[in-house]
Amino acid sequence: MSFFVNQVIIGIQLGSQYMMMALGLTLIFGILDISHFAHGHIYMVGAYLLYIFSVLLGINYWLALPLCMAALALAGVLVERLVYRPLRGTPSINTFIAAIGLLLAIETLVRGIKKDAVRVPVPVDRSVSVLGMSLEVQRIIVILGALVILLLLQWFIQRTRLGIAIEAMAQDREGASLVGINVNRISALTFAIASALAGVAAVLMAPLGSITPEMGNLLILKAFVIVVIGGLGSIKGAIAGGYILGIIEALGVAYISSTYKDVFAFALLIIILAVKPTGLFGERTAS
Amino acid sequence: MKGKLNLNFLFALALLATAAVLPLFLQRTSGGKYNMIVLTYAMIWAVAASSLNLVLGYTGQACLAHGAFVGIGAYSIAIMVERVGINYWLALPLTCLLTAFVGFLIGLPSFRTRGPYFAIVTLCFNVIVYATFENWTWLSGGYAGQPITLPAALSGRLARYYFVLAFLVITLLVVRQIVKSIVGASFLSILSNEGLSEAVGISAFRYKLLSFTVSCFFAGLAGALFATASGRVDSSITSYLHSFYVLIYVLIGGVATLAGPVLGAVGLYFLLDRIKGLGEFRYVGFGVLLILIIVFFPRGLVGGLNQLRDWARERRSARSPGEEVAG
Repeated sequence: MSFFVNQVIIGIQLGSQYMMMALGLTLIFGILDISHFAHGHIYMVGAYLLYIFSVLLGINYWLALPLCMAALALAGVLVERLVYRPLRGTPSINTFIAAIGLLLAIETLVRGIKKDAVRVPVPVDRSVSVLGMSLEVQRIIVILGALVILLLLQWFIQRTRLGIAIEAMAQDREGASLVGINVNRISALTFAIASALAGVAAVLMAPLGSITPEMGNLLILKAFVIVVIGGLGSIKGAIAGGYILGIIEALGVAYISSTYKDVFAFALLIIILAVKPTGLFGERTAS
Repeated sequence: MKGKLNLNFLFALALLATAAVLPLFLQRTSGGKYNMIVLTYAMIWAVAASSLNLVLGYTGQACLAHGAFVGIGAYSIAIMVERVGINYWLALPLTCLLTAFVGFLIGLPSFRTRGPYFAIVTLCFNVIVYATFENWTWLSGGYAGQPITLPAALSGRLARYYFVLAFLVITLLVVRQIVKSIVGASFLSILSNEGLSEAVGISAFRYKLLSFTVSCFFAGLAGALFATASGRVDSSITSYLHSFYVLIYVLIGGVATLAGPVLGAVGLYFLLDRIKGLGEFRYVGFGVLLILIIVFFPRGLVGGLNQLRDWARERRSARSPGEEVAG
C-alpha cells in the first residue's frame, strides 16, 4: 500500500510538470490557434539556462528561477514575433511546420555546443519519509510550486485587466480588436506567460534528472497528448489531463514496464481518439 | 499548354538520362564510387519523399510517421528474407503490402483528427514504433541490427544504383498517374476545401485513408530499398527524425509537384553529405531554412520556379495579347 501511495505521489509530481507544459500549450492554442510544437524545446533551453546560472555562474537556485522565467518569457516573445507572426492567416499546418524547423534548429544548436548530458545539484538535498517510504523533498517542491503557479495564473486571468483582455481574445479575436484590445500585444503576452510557465517547470524539474538536448522531444508530445485528451483550449482539461497522465505513467512504470514508459501516453491518445475525438472535456474536434 | 507539357517532359527525360549515364563516370574513381553510394541513398529518400508528397502535397495531410513506415519496410524485408526464408523478389512486394496495411490500420484512428493534430498523432505512432524497435531486441536485432542477404543480381553497387533508380521512376510514374486520375482530383479537392468536397459527395475520410495507404505502400518500398542498399537494418532507421527530414525534403523541394520532392531529397541529402565536417550544426541551418521556406516560399523551390514562370508568361501575354492565342 505504501508503495502504491509513493508511486501516486511521484505520478502527481510528474503530472505537475506535464500540467505546466500543457497549460502553456492550451493557452497559446486557445487564444491564438497556434500549435506551438517547439514549446518542449523552450523548456529544454530553460533547463540549460538553469545549468548556466546555477552551475557555471554560481547563482543561487531560487534566484535563478525568476531569471530563467524572465529569459524564457523573452525567448517566447521573440519566437512569436519572428516565426509565428509572419505566418498569421496561413493554414495552421504551415505554423506547425515552422515549429518543427524551430525545434530542429534549437535542438541541434544545443547539441552542437554541448553534446553530453549535464546535471544541476538539488537545492534541498534531503528526503522525507512518507508512510515508511522515502521521498525526495524536491518532488514535493515541484508539486507545491505547480499549485502556486496554477493559483497565480487563475488570479491573473480572472482578476486583472490584461487577463480579461486575454480571455476576450480567446473568445473572439475580431471582437476583441474592435473594442480596442491590441492583438499583437496580447499575442506576445500569451507567449511570454506560456514560456515562463515552461521555465518554472524546467527549473523545478531539472535537478531531478539529467539535462539533454533531446529532453523536450517526448515532453512536448506528451503535453500535446494532454491537450488533445483534455480538449483543445480547455484549461480545466489541461490540468486534469496532466495529473491523470502523470499518475498513469508512474503506475505503469511501477507495475508494468519501465522500458516502455513513454509509450503509455501515446497508446492512450490513439485509443481515446478512436473512441472520442473531441477529447474528454472539450467540444472542439482536433482540427 | 501543349508546349509546357513537352518542356516538362524533356526536362524529366534529360534528368533521367543524366541519372542513367552518371555512374559510368563515377565508376572510374574511388571518390566517384563513394558518391554513387550517396546518390543511391539520396534516391531512396526521394522515393520516401515522393510517397509523403502524395499525402502531404496532394491531400494536405502532414504525416509525421514516414520514418516509422520506412523503418517497418526495411525491417520487414530483412526479417522475411533472413528469418522466414522468403525469396527476396517475393518479399519485396509483400513488404510494400504489409507497410500499406499497417498504414491503413494507423490511418483509421488518426484521421479522426485534422491538421496539426493529425501530425501529432502520427508522430506519436512513430515514437511508439521507435521505442519498440529500440527496446525489443528480439525483433530488431539490438545493437548489431538485422542483416539481409541479397540476391546475386544485386550484389554490385552499380546494380543497386540502377535498381533504386528504376523504382524511383516507377514511383514517380504511379504518383503522376494517381494525381491525374479522378482519385487524384478528389485528393486535391480535399486539400483545397474539405467541407466543400464533403458537400459534393466526396468522402474526405475515405479518400484521405486511401491516399495515406498508398503513400505507406511507397514508404515501405523506400524502406525495402534502404535495407537492400545498406545490407543491414538497425533501429535508428525507425526514428522520427527521419519523418522530419523527409518532410523537409518535400517542403524545400516543393509540395504538390512531381519533381520537387526528388530534387529536395537528392539535393539536400547530397549537400548534407558534402558538409559532413560541420557535424550537428548542419541541421541548425536545416531548421532555419525550413522556417524561411514556409514563411516566404510555401510552395518550395519547384513551386517557386513555376510561379515565376507563370508570372513571366502573364507579363508577356499582357504586353502582346495576340501571342497566347497564336502559341
